[in-house]
Amino acid sequence: MASTATVAAPHAPAAAPHTETGVWSWITTVDHKRIGILYFFSSIFYFLVGGIEALFIRTQLIVPENNFISADLYNQMFTQHALTMIFLALMPLTAAFFNYIVPLQIGARDVAFPRLNALSYWVYFFGGLMLLFAAVTKMAPNVGWFAYAPITERQYNPGPNVDFYVLGLQIVGLSSILAGINFIVTILNMRAPGMRLMRMPIFTWMVLITQVLIVTAMAVFTIAITQLMFDRMFGTTFFDPARGGDPLVWQHLFWMFGHPEVYILIIPIFGMISEVIPTFSRKPLFGYNVMVFASVLIGWLGWGVWSHHMFAVGLGPIADAFFALSTMLIAIPTGIKIFNWIGTMWGGSIRFTTSMLFAVAFIAMFTLGGISGVMHSVAPSDLQQTDTYFVVAHIHYVFFGGTVLGLFAGIYFWFPKLFGRLMDEKLGKIHWVGTMVGMNLAFFPMHYLGMYGQPRRTFTYPGDLGWNWMNLMSTLGAYLLALVTGVFVWNVIRSARKGAIAGDNPWGAATLEWSIPSPPPVYNFREIPIVHSRMPLWEEDASKEPGIPHGKVAEDVNAITVGGTQVGEMEYPDAESKMSAHDLGIHLPPPSYWPIILAFGILLVFGSLIFRNLDGALHNLWYLSVAGVLLVAVSIFKWAFEPGH
Amino acid sequence: MSIVNAADHAANPAHLDTSTGLDNRKMAFWTFIGSECLLFGSLIATYLAYKGRSLVGPLPHAGRTLTGQQAEGILDIPLTSLSTFVLLMSSLGMVLALAAVQRADRKGAITWLFATAGLGLVFLGFQAYEFNHFYHAGLTLQTNLFGSTFFLLTGFHGAHVLVGVIYLGTLGMLAVKNQLGPERSMSVEIAGLYWHFVDVIWIVIFALVYLIK
Amino acid sequence: MSSEQREIAHDRHSHPGPKQYVMIGVILTLMTVVEILAYYAEEDWGILNAGMAAAVIAILSAAKFITVVMYYMHLKFDSKIFTGIFIFPAALAILVIGAMYIVQQVLPRAGSALGS
Ligand code: HEM
Ligand SMILES: [Cu+2]
Repeated sequence: MASTATVAAPHAPAAAPHTETGVWSWITTVDHKRIGILYFFSSIFYFLVGGIEALFIRTQLIVPENNFISADLYNQMFTQHALTMIFLALMPLTAAFFNYIVPLQIGARDVAFPRLNALSYWVYFFGGLMLLFAAVTKMAPNVGWFAYAPITERQYNPGPNVDFYVLGLQIVGLSSILAGINFIVTILNMRAPGMRLMRMPIFTWMVLITQVLIVTAMAVFTIAITQLMFDRMFGTTFFDPARGGDPLVWQHLFWMFGHPEVYILIIPIFGMISEVIPTFSRKPLFGYNVMVFASVLIGWLGWGVWSHHMFAVGLGPIADAFFALSTMLIAIPTGIKIFNWIGTMWGGSIRFTTSMLFAVAFIAMFTLGGISGVMHSVAPSDLQQTDTYFVVAHIHYVFFGGTVLGLFAGIYFWFPKLFGRLMDEKLGKIHWVGTMVGMNLAFFPMHYLGMYGQPRRTFTYPGDLGWNWMNLMSTLGAYLLALVTGVFVWNVIRSARKGAIAGDNPWGAATLEWSIPSPPPVYNFREIPIVHSRMPLWEEDASKEPGIPHGKVAEDVNAITVGGTQVGEMEYPDAESKMSAHDLGIHLPPPSYWPIILAFGILLVFGSLIFRNLDGALHNLWYLSVAGVLLVAVSIFKWAFEPGH
Repeated sequence: MSIVNAADHAANPAHLDTSTGLDNRKMAFWTFIGSECLLFGSLIATYLAYKGRSLVGPLPHAGRTLTGQQAEGILDIPLTSLSTFVLLMSSLGMVLALAAVQRADRKGAITWLFATAGLGLVFLGFQAYEFNHFYHAGLTLQTNLFGSTFFLLTGFHGAHVLVGVIYLGTLGMLAVKNQLGPERSMSVEIAGLYWHFVDVIWIVIFALVYLIK
Repeated sequence: MSSEQREIAHDRHSHPGPKQYVMIGVILTLMTVVEILAYYAEEDWGILNAGMAAAVIAILSAAKFITVVMYYMHLKFDSKIFTGIFIFPAALAILVIGAMYIVQQVLPRAGSALGS
């Protein structure tokens, strides 16, 4: 019950020694690092699943009039591809970094609520399984990720497909909200002494803003899908035009969530890039304050632009003008960041590691995506672009060129901290080159296809429109991406076991997570550090060159080679780093199996509703819901009174 | 970078503080309430978006449907005024319970915690009566937009009240077992935050749904 | 002293006591009564027109909302950080409600008035 259980409590009774290995220890773990690793591998898995779904789509489109998959399966594939990538791969992959890195960056021993953290993971785990189940049984959602009404209503879509959408996302969304609450408290409350808000590492700042968006935007979505669920299961009239329902209400609710959602996927990446670029330029981030305020501004403005997705529905000139202007406005803080990154590199001693290559590529590709975004924001022009492949080009330049490239930069950067070993740079560079060629081959032609009129979400096209070769290029690009993603996965698996030993701080980075061993001991920091500046590990360097607040480093750049010298200051004798938390008298919360049980209860509550729309004997499994509610209630009580937490 | 030794902290218990000096759970609850604002906000937004758009009756207040039929008003203002008063008084009971726990007044704590939970139950009774009455008057979830939006909004609120009743009942049991001393008043304060928030939402619902036409 | 204990101590000293709580309860009740009177003033007695009644009720319910949040939920006495954590989502909720009302109720009517 103690609110500060995870901060040093020298007199608190030390926890019983943990079982350190085995499946059970992973299931019951409440250690943020292990949960981070669970998130990491789960989301990589779903990234591959989503990729396979994309290959289905692109293979179907490789030639005109193709019938590689049926129209119905095509609908399922593009919907499931988007849902998998957004909710099961990219958001959780950012969550892997929130979990692993944020507590380390702020000098904490864990998150504020370790069990809640485990719960978030297990809820996501079950929700993901549910959506995956829908895909492999060919019952996946088939209405696009924005699931416009009224095609989602039961009379038009009688199968369980949309139920999987509603219930699966309900579960996954819950996971995000719980994690959001946890991380907001963690970041505000668990910072090491001296780490004021404006001394927080920029990544932590971006995570904070992201979490605020998650707990707010996700709530709107929760209600929207609850209403849709009631329409489908209990016959309400929310989105049924025959009984007065207005499909536009769904669109508004969806995009009020949907636009903040795209920021939820990109703001953490801004943070990662803002750690990677200064480290490999050996220069502090240019315009830290501006970066923070621009992001806060984006967080606000992001709530005022949603109807730019609805220019074509006829909201009238007042609304269209308003949302066009607000959308153009939001491009400004986004543009500022681009200049900050370029300003950071300017005059720095740049080292092009794979991580840095991805970061630089991010700037270029994301800018392209931003530019097509501004093109969309011009309402009359958007009427030509909306629902065409041009939008698909835009979203892939921001999601792939933005989120995914940024995540790759982050993975190559922090992998050594997670696994104590470096990723292979040669494979990394192959991965990088292949990704750059592949993504531009796959996505650039889509701009033109869109302008020539190819609609999105259509499973085939006639052969005489001049679209053939560009579709072929695009599909070949997708194959290339699949290939190099294989290289990447191989690199991860191999390097985790055989990579060069990293040491505490292989890159000579400036923030606290690099001051401790890689991988860190369970308790992270043997002593909680005291923080005097934004870049604690570069303070020494800064003092040599007065006048520069956080230390531009002039000396000795070449000495810091990949896999080479360690720059970190704290070096622990081996024997000491092997000491357990118990030996050191550090209190850590004991493992708990209630998170997974509670998560399973939540799965039962929602999952059993699927059966309502199935015929036959399965039809009435309502008692599973009741059992789920009971299980949830029991677990909450057990949880509240569990000793040691 | 300077390092402080763990042993030094033993002498300096201030280190047990969170960075803001604020309690983790209380902060988490405020964050949760923030999220709840948007949950209820979206439900209310939908209610307002569909106000006056029902194709058939019954309607909340007497008037015409979108198709021009005259329809009865179905809301019972005197009855709901009474249940609103009950919920308001339960909020008062809640703060008195907190004050009692803080004063280590066990009897007071037990009395007010159970009184608050009891008033919550009475409110739920009113709601059950109201729902049942509406059902017999021909208003269900499926009838029209008013039925869908109204039942989902107030039902969601009622579910919150129910959770709150269980929550407060549990705390009351702890008090009975003499396990709710002043050192655990934070648990009561947090339960109070939840309870008052549910009350505050009702203030909004009562005004927007019941009183304003 | 942990943050929890410190905060408990802070709360015990700075929060209002039972007397003030009851006073506030009375005030809240009175405001509710006026709200209900405003409803009947429009509905049965014809003293207020619909717009005025709505304005009175809206203002009073906002006042009640703020009173409960400030006094019963102690935001007036607690750290401003809590206020911040609450205000941002609350403002967004108002934005969601207001925007939805505008796009669904106000603009369509304005649109038909403009003849478009
Ligand atoms: C400079 C900033 C940006 C502007 C001005 C902008 C503008 C727009 C506009 C107007 C649309 C609607 C196009 C249509 O459907 O006709 C759109 C779609 C979209 N944008 Fe952006 N955008 C920007 C940045 C981003 C970012 C950073 C992301 C995500 C990381 C993103 C993700 C999306 C997605 C996913 C869609 C398609 C949604 C769908 O219809 O399925 N955008 N954008
Ligand atoms: Cu958008």
